[in-house]
Amino acid sequence: MSDPIGPAIEVNGLRKTFGEKVAVADLTLTVQRGEVFGFLGPNGAGKTTAVKMLLGLIRPTSGDGRLLGASLGDHCARARAGFLPEHFRFHDWLTASEFLTLHADLYRMPRHVSQQRIPELLELVGLTQHASQKLRQFSKGMLQRIGLAQALLNDPQLVILDEPTSGLDPVGRRLVRDIIRDLRQRGTAVFLNSHLLSEVEITCDRVAFIKFGEVLQVSPLQSLIEGELAVEVRARPLTPPVVAGLSRWSGNVRCDGEHLHLTLTQEADLPAINRYLVEQGVEVFALQPQRLSLEDLFIQIVGTDGGL
Amino acid sequence: MSILVIARLTFREASRRWILWVALLLGVLFLAVYGIGINEIHKDISLSGPGMLQRSEMYNFMFMAGMYVVNFLVVIMAVLTSVDTLSGEIASGTIHTLVSKPLRRWEIVMGKWLGFAAMLLLYLLFMGGGVLALVYLISGYVAPNILPGLVMMGFNILLLLCVSFLGGASLSTLANGVLVFGLYGVAFIGGWIEQFGALMGNQTAINIGVVCSLVLPSEALWKRAAYEMQSPLVAALGVSPFTSTSVPSPLMVGYAALYGLLTLLFAIRHFSRRDL
Repeated sequence: MSDPIGPAIEVNGLRKTFGEKVAVADLTLTVQRGEVFGFLGPNGAGKTTAVKMLLGLIRPTSGDGRLLGASLGDHCARARAGFLPEHFRFHDWLTASEFLTLHADLYRMPRHVSQQRIPELLELVGLTQHASQKLRQFSKGMLQRIGLAQALLNDPQLVILDEPTSGLDPVGRRLVRDIIRDLRQRGTAVFLNSHLLSEVEITCDRVAFIKFGEVLQVSPLQSLIEGELAVEVRARPLTPPVVAGLSRWSGNVRCDGEHLHLTLTQEADLPAINRYLVEQGVEVFALQPQRLSLEDLFIQIVGTDGGL
Repeated sequence: MSILVIARLTFREASRRWILWVALLLGVLFLAVYGIGINEIHKDISLSGPGMLQRSEMYNFMFMAGMYVVNFLVVIMAVLTSVDTLSGEIASGTIHTLVSKPLRRWEIVMGKWLGFAAMLLLYLLFMGGGVLALVYLISGYVAPNILPGLVMMGFNILLLLCVSFLGGASLSTLANGVLVFGLYGVAFIGGWIEQFGALMGNQTAINIGVVCSLVLPSEALWKRAAYEMQSPLVAALGVSPFTSTSVPSPLMVGYAALYGLLTLLFAIRHFSRRDL
């Protein structure tokens, strides 16, 4: 049975093996209603397999979960979800508007509703001019746009986007970002599987890092990015007692001649560090804080050996 | 209803990808050649003036020759058009947008099956009806038991569709094509061995034919159709290549029905359980 107030996605110990190969080892996560959730990991980390399990395209070897309150694979839950698959291969002998009509029919939308909704969506994804064109003549970016429109037909409560911007130019990417923002404002949950970190950085509320089919970390993006501050200090003389004294602000201090590298958890510690160094008789020439980008965090958390 | 949406999609695909139109065009070509041919023979028969009984036998022979080719063409159409429908969509990934919609997988299988069944049965009616009409218009001859004959031929198409769907749910397109045509070949040669066995009174040959029909009862259904529509005299003599000497029993027809039903159920089961 579906539960209208449960999380958008809730999976517990989801595992999928193909023979000897473990695609997803142990996936446990929860995506709340209305949040934009980034699902990050290197190639081959099992992201697409995980997405397919959520939608019932692939049967888990073990573990279970719920999608919009219904068991994974329940076709009723899919009526309230939208999905843009990774490779966006569609029936290319249909025109754009026939394609959307077909999928509206599969969502069991009454014709008078779909005939109103389809032009709106074509407008939203910038394909109004191409409504009567066959998908066969579409570029990769146009296919991705029509695929996105198809995922939004039913005004879903959850949209699962598997690499939604991989074929898009910068204008198309901005469009996707705008659509995701709009969905969030309307309270739609978005599960964004992407390796384009800049997109995730801009759009997501929370992110999960996965590697070898396991969740390494789930964090709110804001606290993740604001959480760590890398600071580079140029000063002299940096005697061992002075460096040791910095441990009260940072557990990660490295001294290299006149250069000090340390990471802080809060920006407010910077003046105190400066004051401490001056009080110790140290001359400070530079004190440069740097925010870690999501890419830095990705590499820090996932490592550089994960890509396959 | 999702089944009807998928059935309509299947029909539309055949039309958009020119499969339907090429088949119809070649069907018209076949009927034109057939019509011209039997018209020429009819003129000869009228001139040489054989007796009514002999004429009727010759017209039945021509009608059965036409239906034999129609059966073959529709069988080929049934396999070629459907062999790719599940495996092709799985391989290309177009299936992902379908199965992520709120429909159950059996509805996809049944929708596609119904779409193909409707299209192929219409094609059979067009081709078989064309042969029947041409023979009637040219000679005034109507073969016996047309309806049961056409029903058996239609049944044969549905059976092959079921087999093609089972292969498509589990194998690649090429492997499925090889499987269905391979099985059809076994049934086909088995049918001929049985025919010769019956003519020569060789029980072993008949048994080989029956076993082949159990492997795929496709040829048995054609033989039943031919038995229904052949002239009583040819049936008694058992000399025509297009007619049936060893007649498949109603039990074999029942077996074919069960075979088709189980094959389709296995196709649904397999497609519903597989990873996509």
